[in-house]
Amino acid sequence: MAIFEKRRLWLAVLAALALAFPLLVTNGYYLHMMTISFIWMIAVYGLNLFAGYTGYLSLAHAGFFAIGAYTLGILTVKAGVPFWLAFVSACLLTTLIGALVGLVALRTKEHFFAIYTLCVGYIIYLVIDKWDGLTGGVRGFIGIPAPADIGPLSFQTPVAQYYLLLFFLAAVVFIMYRLVYSLTGRTYIAIRNSEELALTLGISTMKNKLASFVLSVFFTSLAGALYASFIRFLGPDIAYVSVMFDFLTYLLVGGIGTLAGPVVGTLLVTFLSQQLQFLQDYRMLIFGPVLTLLIIFYPHGIAGGFIRFKAKREEARRLKLEANRTVAELAASRQGRSERHVKEG
Amino acid sequence: MFLHVERLTKRFGGLLAVNDVTFSVEQGKINAIIGPNGAGKSTFFNLISGLYRPTSGTITFKGRDITRLPANERAKLGIARTFQTTHLFEQATVIDNVIIGHRLRTSSNLFDAILRTKRHRREEQACKEKAMEVLEFVGLTGVADRIVANLSQEQKKRVAFALALATDPELVLLDEPAAGINPDETEGLEELIVKMVKGGLTVCLIEHKMSMIMKIADRIMVLNYGEKIAEGTPEEVRNNEAVIQAYLGGSAIA
Amino acid sequence: MELFIQQLLNGLTVGSVYSLVALGLTLVYGILHIPNFAHGALYMMGGYVTLTAMTKLGLPYGLAIIVSMAAVGLLGVLMERLVFYPLRDAPPLHDKIAAIGILLFLEAFAQFVWGADYQTMPTPYGDVVNIFGFTLTIQRILIIASAVVIMVLLYIFLKKTFIGASIIAMAQNREGANLVGINTNKVAMLTFLLSGSLAALAASLASPINLVFPGMGHLVILKAFVIIILGGMGSIPGAIVGGYILGFSESLGATYVSNDYKDIIAFVILVIILTVKPNGLFAKEGR
Repeated sequence: MAIFEKRRLWLAVLAALALAFPLLVTNGYYLHMMTISFIWMIAVYGLNLFAGYTGYLSLAHAGFFAIGAYTLGILTVKAGVPFWLAFVSACLLTTLIGALVGLVALRTKEHFFAIYTLCVGYIIYLVIDKWDGLTGGVRGFIGIPAPADIGPLSFQTPVAQYYLLLFFLAAVVFIMYRLVYSLTGRTYIAIRNSEELALTLGISTMKNKLASFVLSVFFTSLAGALYASFIRFLGPDIAYVSVMFDFLTYLLVGGIGTLAGPVVGTLLVTFLSQQLQFLQDYRMLIFGPVLTLLIIFYPHGIAGGFIRFKAKREEARRLKLEANRTVAELAASRQGRSERHVKEG
Repeated sequence: MFLHVERLTKRFGGLLAVNDVTFSVEQGKINAIIGPNGAGKSTFFNLISGLYRPTSGTITFKGRDITRLPANERAKLGIARTFQTTHLFEQATVIDNVIIGHRLRTSSNLFDAILRTKRHRREEQACKEKAMEVLEFVGLTGVADRIVANLSQEQKKRVAFALALATDPELVLLDEPAAGINPDETEGLEELIVKMVKGGLTVCLIEHKMSMIMKIADRIMVLNYGEKIAEGTPEEVRNNEAVIQAYLGGSAIA
Repeated sequence: MELFIQQLLNGLTVGSVYSLVALGLTLVYGILHIPNFAHGALYMMGGYVTLTAMTKLGLPYGLAIIVSMAAVGLLGVLMERLVFYPLRDAPPLHDKIAAIGILLFLEAFAQFVWGADYQTMPTPYGDVVNIFGFTLTIQRILIIASAVVIMVLLYIFLKKTFIGASIIAMAQNREGANLVGINTNKVAMLTFLLSGSLAALAASLASPINLVFPGMGHLVILKAFVIIILGGMGSIPGAIVGGYILGFSESLGATYVSNDYKDIIAFVILVIILTVKPNGLFAKEGR
């Protein structure tokens, strides 16, 4: 139980740091960066749920991110729907589209699934790009309102927006935590591990994959809607494959299939990107090979590597303990024998 | 009739993997399927467990036609199986691997998981208890918290057995349980299989190790090129001319 | 009617390019079971290398294409050695992600070296000719003719030479090929060489019509995936037939449906196919 307590302590420290961040760092730019990285984290958790825990690489998630964002924009600006109603509708609509896509896409496996979702993602991008009348096409979509007040809570200041996003991130992390350590989460992991085995254990793989996919799309659409109301300008680029790549990089650097991975990876990579900003459009010259090298030499990411390191240490300790015990037993039995020897002698 | 297979055929393109096989599994017995490599044994298992759809023929289980039933539904009816390669989640602990085996007897969903409902807590507890129970049965209580990757091959096989048993099955299909296991440990697995049957289960297994089959099997079916060439007690099969032919003069059977 | 036949000719041109790209993709998939998402980047590099060889080195068009085919072929081999070979036993998720990494790297590289602008590739075959009352540039005839020649050569290579036969053998059964003494490493490298060269050829032929830019490979590669799913993953005749089917559907769709959305046709086809047959057309059931 000590490990559990330690983990709680760590979580409390992290939560305190996150809460105190706007007070500690008064530089508006860093606050802005941190807020945006929260949005990415939420999207990456979405991807992690499906790719990391259920084992399917969906390349359509940037598209779902964009649908969430554009739906919020269109509903608030063009249809004049009140902000929070539009917000909920954007997430639900995207999730519904995700469910329909999932229903068909999930009948395919492995490569086919990746190719299928890649194409779905591209269709979404093309539609956003070409449907000028609705999305503003390449000119972009402007004028999206910031989150509306809820009673006495106002989200007009950067600090308030920071806390709003922290709230959503915390909610997503909480749901993920509950899920991963539940029978449902174990079911997803079993599917990732071997779909055949899961099937013969009586698990309906289709139903579970669909549920996981839909929740994963929901998280991603939530991130998209938050992005729209925080950045307040949208271009078709957010549906593009490079956004997908960013999500994947954050996830892999942090650790795919781990709870801490999305936070660790997003923070580290966005921070490094800041340092490499002089590269601008060419940052992929660095990040492309980094991702490729990572997947070859260190596919577990930072959090995954840490977990493995701990497991190894634990195993070594256990072996040592066992060895000690055996030695002690041997010594005891030898002593017993020699005592008998003495008596007999 | 416990499990009955009637004129089962499976065709892959031009290849007849299983050809017109009729076969019954006797309840409470150890039923073995043997045959040279590529005889269609694994395909046959995949047909019974529901991973493949037969080209023609029927499968009935306890009087119910299950030919069109998907694998997960068959598991719920009480058909469990293991795989040649255990397919275990190597980086997780033994207990974490086995808990999922009882999932099919639970009904809590995504929302139960997120809200930690009473039902979820109850079912989680039930799964853990079941896991400990089957681990005790297969003799792995002591390694429940170990990472699977650090276990011996024989222990991994036992974990796979435990996983199958956790589904509360009536019929257990074992796909080459002793493959890659040394002779001493094979004996342990034999004992475990006999213990399963004594506990009221029915076992059907594919195996290459003839000494093991001849020792524990009650009935044997022999497949060759997808066709049933013989069936009977170990004694009958051992002396069957067609079987000896199939095994190149019988040197493999001893 | 005249418009229809004109569009058929267009479809034949576009289909030739698609087929060449899809051939490379299907070869790699057939042999190594990798969906090479970076194949479009090889296509793009092919366009740039030919362009550079022509404008900077002053090579004639034909020679520039050969240089480009060699260079991009080698790039493909490099990719296989450095990335896909080390990942051969990794979970299937990994090589896809690695391929996406390569794709974005090569695009950034192209943008770094050649800039983000759209560039035109000069061609000595820009003249227009009249055949049976239909106007065609010689470039288009060249595309169709070279595609056919290359396909015939590829066919002869695969069917009539020992090394070609090893490629086919390995596509059918990797372990078996290894057992009968085929050097699977060599075959894998050769496959990437072929795949890269085919992509470079396709890009060099299409560029005088379509312009050269860092993102030129995106749509082509996605469509190539649609084609090989249409024709059966790993099937060589399938890639050729699928390429032409898509070429025709697009040029007819652009005329009779909508020019704006012609690029979506491919994906609609794909969605329909996979909806009806989740394992692709011509999929072998089970294993």
